[in-house]
Amino acid sequence: MNTFKRNLTALAVSAALMPTAAVQAGEVEVLHWWTAGGEARAAAALKEMMEEQGHSWKDFAVAGGGGEAAMTVLKTRAVSGNPPAAAQIKGLDIREWAELGFLTSLDSVAESENWDQLIPPMISDVMKYEGDYVAVPVNVHRVNWLWVNPKVMEDVGVEVPTTLDEFFEVADKLKAEGYIPLAHGGQPWQDATVFDAVALAELGPDDYRKAFVDHDMDVINSEKMEEVFSQFARVMSYVDDDAAGRDWNTATGMVIRGEAAMQIMGDWAKGEFTAAELTPGEDYLCAPAPGTEGQFTFNVDSFAMFSLSEEEDIKAQKDLARTILEPEFQTLFNQNKGSIPVRTDMDMENFDTCAQASMDTFKSSAEDGGLVPSFSHGLATTSYIQGQIFDVVTNFVNSSNPDAAKTTDQLAAAIQSAM
Amino acid sequence: MEHTQRRPAGVARASSGLMDGLQRWLPKLVVAPTFILVGIGIYGYMLWTGVLSFTNSSFLPSYDFVGLAQYAKLMESERWLVASRNLAIFGGLFIGICLLIGVVLAIFLDQRIRQEGAIRTIYLYPMALSMIVTGTVWRWILNPSLGLEKLMHDWGWTSFSFDWLVNSDFAIYTIVMAAVWQASGFVMALFLAGLRGVDPSIIRAARVDGASLPVIYWKIILPSLRPVFFSSVMVLAHIAIKSFDLVMAMTSGGPGYSTDLPAVFMYAHTFTRGQMGLGSASAMLMLGAILALLVPYLYSELREKRHD
Repeated sequence: MNTFKRNLTALAVSAALMPTAAVQAGEVEVLHWWTAGGEARAAAALKEMMEEQGHSWKDFAVAGGGGEAAMTVLKTRAVSGNPPAAAQIKGLDIREWAELGFLTSLDSVAESENWDQLIPPMISDVMKYEGDYVAVPVNVHRVNWLWVNPKVMEDVGVEVPTTLDEFFEVADKLKAEGYIPLAHGGQPWQDATVFDAVALAELGPDDYRKAFVDHDMDVINSEKMEEVFSQFARVMSYVDDDAAGRDWNTATGMVIRGEAAMQIMGDWAKGEFTAAELTPGEDYLCAPAPGTEGQFTFNVDSFAMFSLSEEEDIKAQKDLARTILEPEFQTLFNQNKGSIPVRTDMDMENFDTCAQASMDTFKSSAEDGGLVPSFSHGLATTSYIQGQIFDVVTNFVNSSNPDAAKTTDQLAAAIQSAM
Repeated sequence: MEHTQRRPAGVARASSGLMDGLQRWLPKLVVAPTFILVGIGIYGYMLWTGVLSFTNSSFLPSYDFVGLAQYAKLMESERWLVASRNLAIFGGLFIGICLLIGVVLAIFLDQRIRQEGAIRTIYLYPMALSMIVTGTVWRWILNPSLGLEKLMHDWGWTSFSFDWLVNSDFAIYTIVMAAVWQASGFVMALFLAGLRGVDPSIIRAARVDGASLPVIYWKIILPSLRPVFFSSVMVLAHIAIKSFDLVMAMTSGGPGYSTDLPAVFMYAHTFTRGQMGLGSASAMLMLGAILALLVPYLYSELREKRHD
């Protein structure tokens, strides 16, 4: 792989050194899986913006939400030396692609556009490999949200819980009245999303980072982690029995219909409420997941930029990178997708109240250290370690007699074996 | 005239020589592309997977050899053990129940009943569905809040409970149910064909000797169907080991990973977790499992052929 990498770097360098006299329209080929609803509209807007700048856009959309199919196609294309200009790759996977030498540096754009000032360092770190930008962030999702149906809460006469203890109290009352306290889908990533929120609440941002980013065994194999697991089991006990295999949006539907009171899910859930024509703050509430007020688990979508050989295409690729971070696209895209812009200097007036609250927390947590990468969405650790944690967490949830102490040992062993 | 008459004959002779050569070579030419494709597409990639299983390939193939480390990791993996145990449960029950139902149905159908053709078609029909369809339908039927359980509750039997699909200790048995539903008609068809091939004079002779019908079936007919039995086991074992789509459609391996089968494990690690080395190692073990069944079978089959 090393010679391959050297060859590619040589190629990239020689391409960069070529005189930039010929300013011709290039082509950007973009691999993404934004094929439905608001996401598709957002992708179409990006296409239009690129065409306005005189470049041609080649859509390389591979359907399938999780992007597994897309990744397989991408690997084939990249290995055969014909990668697209940009591909939707996120989190630690960016680093893996960069290590193999497939990605190109965007530093010239980053410098002229001042990305370092616009993007909080926690996020730009994920986009960089050996100090160079190799990917562009598109949006920021907050994962630790609690979605609440206020009518159900009113009916039972309870307030939105702000701590885990309050959550248990509220959930007991809801259960007594015949409501499902927590809507949830029993899929490994959803189990992990709830675990993510409980872990942040119990450990706090510093220990969360130590456990899931640095994999510090002192935190992973500790009594605190045992406490996380037992609290997590308690939270999951408020989920109905039929949750196994349920999709997240079906669970959101239960909150919308008032069968269930709350759901812990990232802000992509907002799309479901919007589609049901509900207004945030009135028909549904968004609150930080219990015990994580002022803290922010981020999940960032991004485009990694591949090394190309044609001068015009490289120009088009750089224009694409610049356009993605421009306020116009950031506003349009994030309003459609339910997330917030990556730039902290944006005017949030046209966003809904949930997005505004999200942005406020994003900025304040970036200052005070409450901003943490979400491990359940691949921002904190490699896909392998993430998979190992998923296995332990989902096994714990589905086991007939969950044992927090034993599971903590299993978690430590699983992470150790994957490191 | 003479000259012109002779020429066609000469041409005919030459072309018949060519035809002979062609006839000798044509079969080889025709099958050559298939052989090359099979050679590369199946055996070549099998070898490559074998090579990759000894490397530390992550999400792209690499050639840093690490010996048996991936196999060691696999053996320590809790999830692989669950997947292997599930395969044993699923494979054993699936093959056993399919054979039992298939044989019984075939014997019943063999009694020269009316409307046999229609009934046979009905039993064989599930085989025409893809595993994805079967899995989805059974998922709906067995889902406590949509299917059977809800129906019973709506009919007033409120204490009825059937939650195997969402119970991690029992979910694997729901997969067995769906698979049996799908494949037992096929086994029935195989056995029915076998039963029809049994020489009626043997049965008549046994009748004359005073044997009852169950005894005739148990002692004479079924033992003579040994080859059918073997082919059915081969086909079913093969379906069981490569079973992937049914699990994906019914439970996606869940709840948790309680219904993981080796094929699901392989897919998850190779393609979504970027652990190509580990995935290849699990694929090699699956290949080993199939060979362990296939080699004795082929050996016994070929040996019998020699004796004929």
